[in-house]
Amino acid sequence: MAKEYETVIGLEVHVELATKTKIFCGCSTAFGGAPNTHTCPVCTGMPGSLPVLNRQVVEYAMKVGLATNCHITQYCKFDRKNYFYPDNPQNYQISQLYLPICRDGWVEIEVPGEGGADLPGAGQGAGYTKKVGIHEIHMEEDAGKLIHDEWEGCSLVDYNRSGVPLIEIVSEPDMRSAQEVIAYLEKLRCTIQYLGASDCKLQEGSMRADVNLSVREAGTEGFGTRTEMKNLNSFRAIARAIEGERARQIDLLESGEKVVQETRRWDDAKETSYAMRSKEDAQDYRYFPDPDLVPVSISDEWLEKVREELPEFREEKRKRYRESFDLPDYDIDIITDSKHMADLFEETVALGAQPKKVSNWLMVETLRILKEREMDAEDISFSPGHLAALIELTEKKVINSTVAKEVFEAMFDRDVDPAAYVEEKGLKTVNDEGALRKTVEEVIAANPQSVEDYRNGKEKAIGFLVGQTMKAMQGKADPAGVNRLLKELLG
Amino acid sequence: MANVIDDATIEYVSILAKLELSGEEREQAKKDMANMLDYIDKLGELDTKGVEPMSHVFPVQNVFREDEVTNGDASGQILANAPEERDGMFVVPQTFE
Repeated sequence: MAKEYETVIGLEVHVELATKTKIFCGCSTAFGGAPNTHTCPVCTGMPGSLPVLNRQVVEYAMKVGLATNCHITQYCKFDRKNYFYPDNPQNYQISQLYLPICRDGWVEIEVPGEGGADLPGAGQGAGYTKKVGIHEIHMEEDAGKLIHDEWEGCSLVDYNRSGVPLIEIVSEPDMRSAQEVIAYLEKLRCTIQYLGASDCKLQEGSMRADVNLSVREAGTEGFGTRTEMKNLNSFRAIARAIEGERARQIDLLESGEKVVQETRRWDDAKETSYAMRSKEDAQDYRYFPDPDLVPVSISDEWLEKVREELPEFREEKRKRYRESFDLPDYDIDIITDSKHMADLFEETVALGAQPKKVSNWLMVETLRILKEREMDAEDISFSPGHLAALIELTEKKVINSTVAKEVFEAMFDRDVDPAAYVEEKGLKTVNDEGALRKTVEEVIAANPQSVEDYRNGKEKAIGFLVGQTMKAMQGKADPAGVNRLLKELLG
Repeated sequence: MANVIDDATIEYVSILAKLELSGEEREQAKKDMANMLDYIDKLGELDTKGVEPMSHVFPVQNVFREDEVTNGDASGQILANAPEERDGMFVVPQTFE
C-alpha cells in the first residue's frame, strides 16, 4: 500500500503598513509616483544619511501583535540583514532578528468544510476551527523595484518602494492543507483591515505570502526538509502552489531522492515552480544590531493606550449583530467580513433604516456591482446617509424598485444624493390617481385579447397588461398599484 | 596564526560578497581573514558574563519621527548619484535570481 503523507506548512506573511511615510524617512509611500520621485538619501542608502523611526509603524505593529494574542517585546531593536542585490541600496535591509516586536501569539481560524463555497463563512458547521501559532512579528523595510531589460542586458531600479514599512508575520508550522492556509490568510487580512493597519491586497502586493512546506509520513513527529515558495499573488495561486509542491516533494521521496532546502518561484500560468537559489543560512546574512537606530522602549502606559484603541473585531461584531439585528447568519458573515462594509451598515441603520433593508442593498446590488467591476468592499464610496435616503424613497413608494436600482448605480458611482437625482431625472412614481387610471383604461382598450383571456380565468394575462401600463408610464408607476387598479377595472 | 581559512570557505564567502578574486588576491584574502579571526579570538578571552550586548554607544532610546511627509521630489539630485540613468531610473548590470 502507498504511504500516506502529511503536509506541514508555515507562512511568512509580509504586510505593507498604511502609513503616509516610509519607515525611516519622510518620503511619501503613495503608489504610482514616477520612478524615484519618492526618494531621499536615507532610502537610497547614501553614505552619512541617518534613519529615524516612524512612530506610527511601531503602533501598527503593536496593534497587529495585540490582535493576534502576541507578547509585545517592550524593549526591542533593529538589526541589519546583509545581502547584495541592487534593489537594496544600503547592501543591508533594516529588520529585526534578535528582539522582534511581537512573539508567541495565535489566531483562531475557521476552515470551511469539504465542498464549502468560496464565500467567507460559507460551509460553516461542516467545517472546523483551529488555532495557528504566531512565532513572531517583526518590523522591516521594503526593497526597491527592479525592471529587467533583456535586450540591453541591464536592470533599471526604482527606489520609490525602498523603505516602505512592512511587518513580517511568521507563523508556526501549524497548517496542514491549502484550506487551512487560506483560512489563516483570510483571518490575518480581516484582522489587519479592521485595525486600519493595511489594505492587505494580495494582487497589489500590500500582502505577500511565502509558503514554507515539507511533507512527512502520516503519524510521524519529525519535520521533513522544507522549501520556501515565493511569488504567490492570489488565494488561488497559493492553493495550486501548495498542491503542486506537495506532489513534487512526495514524488522525490517515493523515488528515493531527497528534497533540497531551497527557495522556489511559483509560475501560476505554467502551474509549476522552479528553484531560485539554495536558501542561505541565517549566519550568511551577518545580522548585527543597527548602530544608526536607538532601541525602542515601550512603556506600560503606551501599550495600554494602544490596547484601548483596538476596535471591535469581527467575532465580537458577529455576535452583537446576531443579538441586535434580525438578520440571517449569511448576511452577517458577509457584512462583517469588511470593517468598511460593517461601518456603512451600522451608520445607515443608525439613521433609521431597517436593518434587513440595508442588508439587502449590500447583499444584492452592492455585491453584484463589486463583483462585476472586480472591486473590494473597501472601495465602496457611497455614504450611509444616501443609502438611508434611497431606502426611504422606496419605502414611501416615491420610486419603484426598478428605478431604485438605477438610482443606486448612480449613487455607487458618484455618491449622488438620491432625492436630488430622482427629482432632476424626473423618476418619481406617478401617484396621480387620475393619470394612472386614464393610462390603465387606454391599455385595457388597446388589448382586448388579453382582457378576454384574463376574464376567461387566465390569471397570467394581467402580467402583460401591467407591463404595458408600466411601459406607457415610462416605468414611473408602482407596479403593485397598477395591478390593483387593473383588477378593479376588469372586475 | 591559529585560524586557517580553507579554499571552500573563501569560495563561499566570495559568492556571498559577490567578489571575483584572482589566485593571488585569494591567497591574500585567506591570510587577512585568518588574521581577523585571530584578533576576534583575542576579544573572546575576556569574561563577558552578565554584560548586555551593546547596540548603541549612547544611553538613548525612543527617537521617533511623526508620520508626516517632509520630503518632496528630489529625484534629480538622487539620480545625479547614479553611475548611469535611464527613464528616471538607476541602470545597473543585469541581475536576476
